[in-house]
Amino acid sequence: MYKRLVFIAVIVLTGQVVSNPYDLQLLTFIGINTLLALGLNMVMGYAGQISLGHAAFFGLGAYTSSLLTIHLDWSPWLALPFTLVFVGIVAFLVALPMLRLSGYYLGMGTLAFGMIVFFIFLQWRSLTGGDSGLIGIPPLTLGPISFEFGAAPFYLVWGIVFLSFIVCERLIDSRIGRALRSLHDSERASAAVGINTSRLKVQVFVFGGVLAALAGFLYAHMVTFISPQTFDFLMSVKIVTMVVIGGMASVWGSLFGAALLTLLPEWLHVFAEYEMIIYGLILVVIMIFLPQGLTRGLLDIYEHFKSRRKTLPKSHEG
Amino acid sequence: MLRLRNVKCFYGRIQAISGVSLSVRQGEIIALIGANGAGKSTLLQTISGLLSTWEGEIEFGKSSLAGLKPPEIVQRGISLVPEGRMLFPPMSVLDNLKLGAYLRYRGRERNQVEKDLEEIQDLFPVLRERSRQAAGTLSGGEQQMLAMGRALMARPKLLLLDEPSMGLAPFMVQLIVETLQKLKESGMTLLLVEQNARAALQIADRGYVLENGRIVLDGPAQELLADEEVKRAYLGKDYREFTDGRM
Ligand SMILES: Nc1ncnc2c1ncn2[C@@H]1O[C@H](COP(=O)(O)OP(=O)(O)OP(=O)(O)O)[C@@H](O)[C@H]1O
Ligand SMILES: [Mg+2]
Repeated sequence: MYKRLVFIAVIVLTGQVVSNPYDLQLLTFIGINTLLALGLNMVMGYAGQISLGHAAFFGLGAYTSSLLTIHLDWSPWLALPFTLVFVGIVAFLVALPMLRLSGYYLGMGTLAFGMIVFFIFLQWRSLTGGDSGLIGIPPLTLGPISFEFGAAPFYLVWGIVFLSFIVCERLIDSRIGRALRSLHDSERASAAVGINTSRLKVQVFVFGGVLAALAGFLYAHMVTFISPQTFDFLMSVKIVTMVVIGGMASVWGSLFGAALLTLLPEWLHVFAEYEMIIYGLILVVIMIFLPQGLTRGLLDIYEHFKSRRKTLPKSHEG
Repeated sequence: MLRLRNVKCFYGRIQAISGVSLSVRQGEIIALIGANGAGKSTLLQTISGLLSTWEGEIEFGKSSLAGLKPPEIVQRGISLVPEGRMLFPPMSVLDNLKLGAYLRYRGRERNQVEKDLEEIQDLFPVLRERSRQAAGTLSGGEQQMLAMGRALMARPKLLLLDEPSMGLAPFMVQLIVETLQKLKESGMTLLLVEQNARAALQIADRGYVLENGRIVLDGPAQELLADEEVKRAYLGKDYREFTDGRM
C-alpha cells in the first residue's frame, strides 16, 4: 500500500515538475517500455518461458488499432477492446504449438514468429504501407483533452503502468503466481502437484501479449505514425534486455530496466560514433557485477551498507 | 481402492514394466520393493500420470485412470512424493506447501487449506520453524518432510511415496517411518516404494517384490520378511549390515 502511494506521488510530482515536451515524451516512452517489459517478465522472469518475439505483439497492437481507426474510421476507444482481443487470440494461437517447445527451441520458435510478423508489416504494402508505414493515426482524445502532446499522455501511460503493476503484483502473490514460479523451477514437479502446466503457460503468454498490445495501442495513437522498424527483432531483444537488466521475476525490475534502456541511448548521443560501444559496455558491466539485475543488485548493495552501519560502534551515531 | 491389471510401461521402444498387476485396499500400507532399475519409480509415475505411455488397466475407486493428466489424478485423490523430492528450491517452505494445495484454492475450500497448513506444520514442526526459508536450503531430511507435507496438502486419499528414506540418517528414517504409521492411523492409504526393504516391510500390511519390470513375489509383509528368497536378495547379511545402520 505504502509503496503504491509513493509510486503515485512520484508520478504526479514528475508530471508537475517536468514541463519540457521532449522530457515528457521520453518519460512517456519509458512507461510504454515498462508495459512491454512487465508483460515479458511475467512470461520469462516468472514462468521461465523465453520469448524472442515480444515486439510482434507490440506491433500487432499498434497496427491493428491504427488500421481500424484510419481505414474504418473507428474511434480509438472502440478500437482498443477489439485490438486487445484480436492480439490475445493471435497470442493464444501462437502459444498453443509454440509452448510445447522449451529452452533453445522455444527461443527459436518465438524468434521466427517475430520475424514473420515483422515481414508482414513490411511486405503487405496495400494494408500496412510497407516500409513507409502508416501516417495520420488519430490521437486519443477524451472530451477536450488530447493525449498527443504534453502532460496528458504522460499521465495516461503512467496511470496504466500503475494499474498494470497492481494487477501483476496481485497475480504474483496469488496461487497463480506461485504456480508460475514453480513452472520456472521444474515443469515436471509442477505437474506432480497438480498444475496444468501447458494451460498455465498459454495463459501467461496471452497475458504478456495483450499487455504488449496495449503498449502498442498507446504508442501508435501518441506518435500518430508507425513503421515496421519499431517492431523488429532488435526491439524484441531490447525488451528481453530490459527484463534481464532490470531483474527477472521482479515487477520493479521491469520499470528500472525499461528506464535504463530508454534513457541510455539518449544520454549516450554525445559520444556520437562510440555510442553503441559504450551502450554495450554498460550492459555487460551491469550483467557481470549485478547478475541478478539492477533491482536485486541495488537492494543487495543497500543492505550491505545498512548492515555495515549497524555494526559500527554506537558513538558514531546521532 | 487402486487396482493395476497387466500394466506395461514404455519409454519410447524400451519396455520398463512388463505386465504388472497389483492392488491396494483402503487403509493399507503396501510396500513395493526391488533393486535399482526394477521399475519402481516408473510404476509410481505411471499411476500419477507423469508417464503417459502405458497399456493395461489402472482403476482408482471405480474409474479408470487411462488418459488422465497429472492434475486430474491429483484431483481424484492420488498424490506422489517423488523420487529425489522434486521441491521448488528457490521458493519458501510455505510456498512449497501451498503449491501442494494448488487445486484446492478455489471457493470455499480456501479456509480449509489454511487449517491444513497448520496441521501439516504440527506434523512436521521443523517446517514451521523454517517456513520462510528457501526450500533448497533445507537439509535432506527436512526436504523429505517438506516433500511429504506438500503432497499431503492436496488431501490425497492415496499417497505414493518413492524412496522417502533415500540418503537419510537412521534417526531421520525412523522419524519418517513413524510419520507414515501416524498417517495410516489417520486413515490414509499408502503405497510405499523402498530399497530399504526392512523398514518398508516392517510397517507394511502387504508387499510386492518387483524385478526387471515384473512382480516376482507378493504376500503379507511378515511372510515376505521371513521369505528365504527375499532375505537372500533384499535382506541378505551384507545388506543387513548396510541397512541396519540406516534403520
Ligand atoms: N526416462 C527414461 N527413459 C528411458 N528409460 C528409462 C527412463 N527412466 C527409467 N528408465 C529405465 O526404466 C527402468 C526402470 O527404471 P526406474 O527408475 O523405474 O527404476 P527404479 O526401480 O525406480 O530404480 P531405483 O531404485 O534406482 O530408483 C530402468 O531400466 C531405467 O533405465
Ligand atoms: Mg526409483
